Amino acid sequence: MARRPLVKNFTKGACCGHPSFHIEPLGIFPDPMSEPTVAPAATDAKPSVEMVNVQVDGVWMKFPKGMRMIKALEEAAKVIPHYCYHPKLSSPGNCRMCLVEMGMPSRPAPGQSEPEKDEHGFAKIQWIPRPAISCANTISEGMGIRTASTMVEEVRKGVMEFLLINHPLDCPICDQAGECRLQEFSVGFGRGQSRFQDEKVHKPKNQDIGARIVLDDERCIMCSRCVRFSSEIADEDVLGFTERGSQTVLTTHPGQRLDHNYSLNTVDICPVGALTSKDFRFQMRVWFLKETPSVCTGCARGCNTEIGSREGVIYRQTPRQNDDVNSTWMCDQGRLDFHWVNSDRRLIDPMLKDGAHHRTTTWPQAVSAVADKLRGLRGDQIAIIGSGRMTNEELFMLKKLAAALKTESLDIVPRTGAADNYLVSADRNPNTAGAGLIFCDRPGSTLATIRQKVASGEIKAVIAWRENLLEQAGFTVEELSQLEVLVAAHVMANAMAELAHVVLPTAAWSEKRGSMINATGRLQRLNKASEPPGNARDDWEVLRDLTQALTGTNGLYLVEDVFKSMATEIPELGGLSLGKIGEAGLPLLPSSEVIPLLHREADRKTRGIIVG
Amino acid sequence: MATKLLKRPKLTFGEKIYLPAIAKGLIITLGHAVRTFLQINAKKPKFTMEYPEEKWDAQLPDYYRGAPALVTDEHGRERCVSCQLCEFICPPRAITITPGELPKDDAFAKVEKAPREFKIDMIRCIYCGMCEEVCPEQAIFLRKDYAITGTSRAEMVHDKTRLYEIGGIRTGLVNKWNDLK
Repeated sequence: MARRPLVKNFTKGACCGHPSFHIEPLGIFPDPMSEPTVAPAATDAKPSVEMVNVQVDGVWMKFPKGMRMIKALEEAAKVIPHYCYHPKLSSPGNCRMCLVEMGMPSRPAPGQSEPEKDEHGFAKIQWIPRPAISCANTISEGMGIRTASTMVEEVRKGVMEFLLINHPLDCPICDQAGECRLQEFSVGFGRGQSRFQDEKVHKPKNQDIGARIVLDDERCIMCSRCVRFSSEIADEDVLGFTERGSQTVLTTHPGQRLDHNYSLNTVDICPVGALTSKDFRFQMRVWFLKETPSVCTGCARGCNTEIGSREGVIYRQTPRQNDDVNSTWMCDQGRLDFHWVNSDRRLIDPMLKDGAHHRTTTWPQAVSAVADKLRGLRGDQIAIIGSGRMTNEELFMLKKLAAALKTESLDIVPRTGAADNYLVSADRNPNTAGAGLIFCDRPGSTLATIRQKVASGEIKAVIAWRENLLEQAGFTVEELSQLEVLVAAHVMANAMAELAHVVLPTAAWSEKRGSMINATGRLQRLNKASEPPGNARDDWEVLRDLTQALTGTNGLYLVEDVFKSMATEIPELGGLSLGKIGEAGLPLLPSSEVIPLLHREADRKTRGIIVG
Repeated sequence: MATKLLKRPKLTFGEKIYLPAIAKGLIITLGHAVRTFLQINAKKPKFTMEYPEEKWDAQLPDYYRGAPALVTDEHGRERCVSCQLCEFICPPRAITITPGELPKDDAFAKVEKAPREFKIDMIRCIYCGMCEEVCPEQAIFLRKDYAITGTSRAEMVHDKTRLYEIGGIRTGLVNKWNDLK
């Protein structure tokens, strides 16, 4: 059978910043990377992109002009092993792992006007007898790339052998084992055994180079990703190489430490185990961890994360790529803010105040106790204080509870801090936007009035959901003590729970499914990584039961039902469901907020410094 | 098909009352008992072993797969670095390891890692030997102990102390953490 030309067309689509692909009718095989959801009109919308023809492993394809070879190969679904290349960092081309065989179109022979053509009508490729790095070279018209030729296989073997010459092979004690590029590429492209006879070079191990980082220089392969991250992204140029040749070591600048708030990202991008996190060090091997896509709730940025848990215990949280929210980074503060989930200060049973002390009770009793206490009160005697840390579904159910109680005193507790010039938002509540859309008009604006009314005795009952009113909200013990009814739903034991007549234990962000809206108006979804401890329950279920105790049945059985019911009442959420949000989230509300880190990243991308 | 009629055998009176048959059976049993008694008295070779007073332990082959245990080497170093590969490979999930870090002033501080706790649930263990096979540090071995008993479930869980007690000191292992490392 005669070979038909196989031509594919790769362009940058406009949707969500993700690459989209459009296969021209000539394509015989379906592109494994194509996304059916992307409109095929993407190429028509951007006719200005100049396309070039490149032969990849014998197949002619089209890519936008000026694309890096490694990016084009990635889009052609070729696996190119690499260490130093990172799409969000500059490409120094120092690891040599991404070498490929490259060829350029032949020129016309003397006396001929046209070069010799192949069966597809392209100029015959003249292969260059030396390999080229694909991370720092760009593609050009008529170019050929081979990713699986004997030469490529041999050079990869050679590079791997050199990298492993001084590697300590202490995988049994290395935290990176299981997600180590050196392990993976050694198996995939290496020789399998070492021919090196001499003693390995010894370098300092187990060095404390920062508050959260340990450095092992023997494992370092000098890819310089961490050095580039520190200088290009975190603007704290504290890392660098000293000495020469095989004695080269990664080190911090004298008198400086790797202490900035984004330092743990260097651990993520380190392809080997040279940089490890003190927090995660020797806690659990990575292959045991169940990875749940989630969202950080430390501030309104809503960085996409992956929660690593095993048997209900969270061991780490790592950033998940989302080019519209956090690129591939997150701050250390947000990343490490999960230890309280496993703490023994968690509330695990509903409790009723019996005289001076609390006694544990069952959920039906706790719920009916709250309903009984509130039934005798008028709507204007009750205030409901929610939290910007609650999901949309929970805020919606809290609003339903407010409607059942006929109260109009509802608000959330604002929580602010200093924004940094990277990702951290000044608003430290992850879902203020959701509260504004669903729960109350201007979040935080009526809190002072509510407090005044509590002080004057006008409000006799307060339901505080997920907030310790003695902290940010500034209520005093006297004010809360004079209340007839104080219901505290929280995850942690705290001073306000001590004062509350009914204490309801609820679930942490990692223990539930739900949605939140971040500072840029993006709707994102939390997923359940572990179960709430003891008898603690999902917040929305408790709210559903409370509303039901006051009004009768409401037919909500799943958190999906809550979202559906919310989507019918709130026009902005119309037509959506929890499933439709997807792992990357959806832009929902208009916002003028600029994320400083992404702004600079876009600039570097435009200037061609990074692939992005 | 033609039906074949069988004639029931006609039993005699002696056969009907069974007693002669019982007596015959007793005689055979008594005969064996007497022969065995004479055999024991005559110190002839016997083929059963009086377990648990007598044991076959000395004859157990080196590859015998008994209780898994942790070993220390001739330098007194606990071999296990808590890489958790045995925990991963263990088919009945009998092994639970809590990894830990060696203090900086430890004699073997360069190994950095050692198990804080190491538990093998011997009710779950199936003596398959995969833990020994997968161990990259030659730290866990199946010993010849087979009579693992206890009066409670908790007692059947071997902790780190018990495992090192069973394992003892093992010599001739590869010392990959020596000075060259």
